[in-house]
Amino acid sequence: MAWQWFHRLGSPRWFYEKTNPWLPWLAVISIALIVTGAVWGLAFAPADYKQGNSYRIIYIHVPAAFLALAGYYIMAISGAVGLIWKMKLPFMVMKSAAPIGALLTFISLVTGSIWGKPTWGTWWEWDARITSMLILFFLYLGMIALQQAYQQRDTADKASAVLALVGMVNIPIIYKSVDWWNTLHQPATIKFTGKSTIDPSMLYPLLIMVIGFYCFYALVLLLYTRVEILRRESRTQWVNDLVANNK
Amino acid sequence: MKFQFESFADFIAMNNHGPYVWAAYGITFVALIYLLVSPVVQKKAFFKQQQKLQKLAQSNPDGQGVE
Repeated sequence: MAWQWFHRLGSPRWFYEKTNPWLPWLAVISIALIVTGAVWGLAFAPADYKQGNSYRIIYIHVPAAFLALAGYYIMAISGAVGLIWKMKLPFMVMKSAAPIGALLTFISLVTGSIWGKPTWGTWWEWDARITSMLILFFLYLGMIALQQAYQQRDTADKASAVLALVGMVNIPIIYKSVDWWNTLHQPATIKFTGKSTIDPSMLYPLLIMVIGFYCFYALVLLLYTRVEILRRESRTQWVNDLVANNK
Repeated sequence: MKFQFESFADFIAMNNHGPYVWAAYGITFVALIYLLVSPVVQKKAFFKQQQKLQKLAQSNPDGQGVE
C-alpha cells in the first residue's frame, strides 16, 4: 500500500478535492508574511552602507528570482513524471507552472533593472546572470507557446515536457553565473554552505519574504492547476456535478 | 528595531532612491495581484460557461445540435 498515495496523486479529482481546504490557509499565511516582510524591509531594516536605500529592492528581487528558479524545477519535474508514468495530473501542474514562472522571472528582471540604475548606473547590462535569467524568461514563454501550438492535448504535453527538461541545462548556469564569469551582478547574498554576507537585521525580513513568496507560489500554482483540472475534466461526471451544485 | 526614517516624507523620498524602490514594489504588487486574481476569474468563467451548456443539454435532451 506504500504506493497508494502516488497513484492517488495521478487522480485529478482526488487532488482537486484534497487541496480545497488548503487554499484559505495558504492565502492568509502568504499575505501575512509578504506584508510583514515588505514593511520590515522598507521601513525598519537599516539602510545599506554602500547602496543606501535602493538595496531595499532586494526584499522582492531575491524572493522572485528564487521562485522563478524553483518554479522551473517544479515544471520540469512534473513534466518528467508525466512522461515516465503517463499520468494526467503532472502535465496539468506543468502547464500551470509556466505562466507563473514567466511572471516571476519578469518581476526579477524588472526589479533588477530598476535596482541597477542607481547602483550600477545602467538599466541593463549583458552580464552572465542577467542574460541567463532572460533565457529562463524565454524558456517559460516557449512553454506557454508550445502548449498552444498543438491541437492534440497529449502531443502538446509531451513536447512541452521535453522542452522543460532540455531547458534544465540553463538552471546551473544561472546559479553559477556569478562565480564563473566576472559579472556586474553581486554574488549570492544567502549561502546554504558557508556564511551569508548579510547582517541578521537585514536577513530576517528577507527570509520572511522568501517563505512568504514560497507560500504564495504554492497557492497560485494550486489555483491555476485546479482551473486546468476543471477544463480538462469538463466532460466527467464529478465536474458536471460540481457545476450543477455551484449556484 | 526602529523606524529608519526621520519622517514620513523621508520614508517616501528614501534619500533620492524613492522612485526606484517604489516603482519596483509597485510593479511587483500589481503582478502578484494579477497572479492571484486571474485563476479566480478563469474558474468563474468556466462555471458560467458549463452551466450554460448544462441548461442547453436539459432543454435539448437528445443533444442534437449541441456539442
